[in-house]
Amino acid sequence: MSSTTVSRHHSGFSLAQYVTCLNGIVWREALRFVHQRERFVSALVRPLVWLFIFAAGFRQVLGISIIPPYETYILYEVYIAPGLMAMIQLFNGMQSSLSMVYDREMGNMRTLLVSPLPRWYLLFCKLVAGTAVSLLQVYAFLLIAWFWDIAPPPIGYLTVLPALIVSGLMLGALGMLISSGIKQLENFAGVMNFVIFPMFFASSALYPLWRVQEGSPLLYYVCLFNPFTHAVELIRFALYGQMNWISLAVVVCCTTAFMIGAIYAYDPSRGLVRRGPAGGEA
Amino acid sequence: MPDPRPRDDPAATPALSIEGISHSYGTRRALIDVSFAVAPASFTALLGLNGAGKSTLFALITRLFGTQAGRIGIFGHDISRAPGEALRLLGVVFQSRTLDLDLSVTQNLLYHAALHGIAKREARLRSDEVLTRIALADRAGSKVRDLSGGQMRRLEIARALLHRPRLLLLDEATVGLDVKARADILGHVRQLVIEQDIGVLWATHLFDEIVPGDDLVVLHQGRVLAHGPVEDIIADAGARDINSAFMRLTGAAVDSGSPAS
Repeated sequence: MSSTTVSRHHSGFSLAQYVTCLNGIVWREALRFVHQRERFVSALVRPLVWLFIFAAGFRQVLGISIIPPYETYILYEVYIAPGLMAMIQLFNGMQSSLSMVYDREMGNMRTLLVSPLPRWYLLFCKLVAGTAVSLLQVYAFLLIAWFWDIAPPPIGYLTVLPALIVSGLMLGALGMLISSGIKQLENFAGVMNFVIFPMFFASSALYPLWRVQEGSPLLYYVCLFNPFTHAVELIRFALYGQMNWISLAVVVCCTTAFMIGAIYAYDPSRGLVRRGPAGGEA
Repeated sequence: MPDPRPRDDPAATPALSIEGISHSYGTRRALIDVSFAVAPASFTALLGLNGAGKSTLFALITRLFGTQAGRIGIFGHDISRAPGEALRLLGVVFQSRTLDLDLSVTQNLLYHAALHGIAKREARLRSDEVLTRIALADRAGSKVRDLSGGQMRRLEIARALLHRPRLLLLDEATVGLDVKARADILGHVRQLVIEQDIGVLWATHLFDEIVPGDDLVVLHQGRVLAHGPVEDIIADAGARDINSAFMRLTGAAVDSGSPAS
C-alpha cells in the first residue's frame, strides 16, 4: 500500500468522486433497463392500452369541459395523457423499489450499501437513476401519443421536463420508502393493491376533480390530498407551458418527506437493524 | 465514550478491533460481548458452525446493521462514528453472491469502482490489472451468469480489492465450490496477506481451511470461546487437532447453557 493511498484515506471525498458515484449508479440502472427489454415494452404497453382502448371507449361517455390549462374543448385522450405519463412514473418508481427488494434479497444491495460514501447520497443516486429511466419511458410514450393526435405545443415537450423530474423523484422516493418496509419479494403484490391502484384511481389522472366532487365529496377530498393528483396536475400544466404552483409545492414537500423517510429507514442503526441477516446466514 | 479518531501509532493499530459487541434480533441474542482483534497483514480465521453469528458480525462490521452495544474499529476508525473512513479501508466478500448476473465481468468491476468514487479511466486500469491477476482477463466481456462458481468467487474477491483496501473480510467464501476451487481461492487470499500486507478475516465452518500459524477466533452461539494462535488453542483445549479442540470447546459451551436459544 503506497503512502499516497494511505494519506488519501484520511481525507474526505471530492466533488469529482461524488459525481463518479452518481454516474456509476445511473449507468448501472440504465444498463439493467436496456438488458430488460420486456420491462421497457411493458412500461409502454400499459399506458398505451389505457390510451388506445380505455380512452377511445370512454371518449363519448366522459366529456371534458374547458378547464385550465386547456383553452378549448379537448378529447378525452388528450385529458388523460398527463395522467398516463404520471402513471408510467408511478409504476417505474414501484419497479425501482421492487428491484431494491430483489437486490436486497439477492445480496446486490449490499454492494451499494457498503460503499464509503454517505448512505443518504447513495439512496439519492438510486433515486436519480430511477427518475432518469422513467424520463426515457415517458418521452417514448409521448412520441407514440403524437401519432395518436395528442400533440401539446412543441415547447411543452421541453417545459414538461422539469415537472417530470420532480414528479419522478417524488414517486421514486415513495417507492424507496415502501421498499424499506418490505421484507420479502412476495409481499410486493400488496404494493400493487394498496399503493399503485388506489393512488392512480383516486386522482385526477382519469377524470377532473370537479366531476369527482359532483359524485362524492369525500372522494374529492381523498383525491385532493393524494400526492399523485398533484404530480398529474404539475405535468398537465407544464405540458402546456404553464405552472401549477400548488401542485409544485405539494410534490416538492412530498419528495422531501418521502426521501427523509427512506433515508431514516435505510439507516443501519434504525430501519435495517430490525431485520435479520439474509436467508441462510446467521 | 471511545475516541472515533484513528490512533497515532499505525503499527499499534489493529486492522480490525471488535470490542464488547452484542446484538439481538428481538429477543434472540445473536452475539454476546464479542471481542477480538485482527492484526494488519495477518490471516485470522473466524471459525463457527452455521448460526454461530458470523454473518451478523460481518453485517455489523460492514455497517449493514447498526451496533447496539460495543465498538468496531477499522484501523482505528469507529464504524459508527466515521463510517466513510472505515469503509474505504475495507473490502468484503459476502456469503451470498452479490454480483450483478446480467452485467459483464468488467461492468461489475466498474460499478464497484464508481461506488468508491474511482474515476473511470483509473477504474479500467485497475480492473484490467485484477482480471489478469485472477486469470479472468479473457472473460472480461462475458456476462457474470456465464461464469463458474469458482470464477464468480474469484471475481468477487478481485472486486473487493479494486479500491485497495487494507482489510479484507470473507464470509464463507468457499461455500458451494469444489475442492480445487476452494484450495485456489484460499491460496489466493493467503498470498494477498503476504504480497499486499492485507489483513484478512476469513469466516468459515470448515476445519481444513485453518492451518498452523493462523490466528483463530472460535465463535459459538454468539460468544467467542477462544482467540489466539491455532497451536495455543489446540494446546489449551488439550486436543490433538483443531477439529477435536473445537468439539471440546463447543461441547463445554453447550453444557454451560445455550445463550443463542
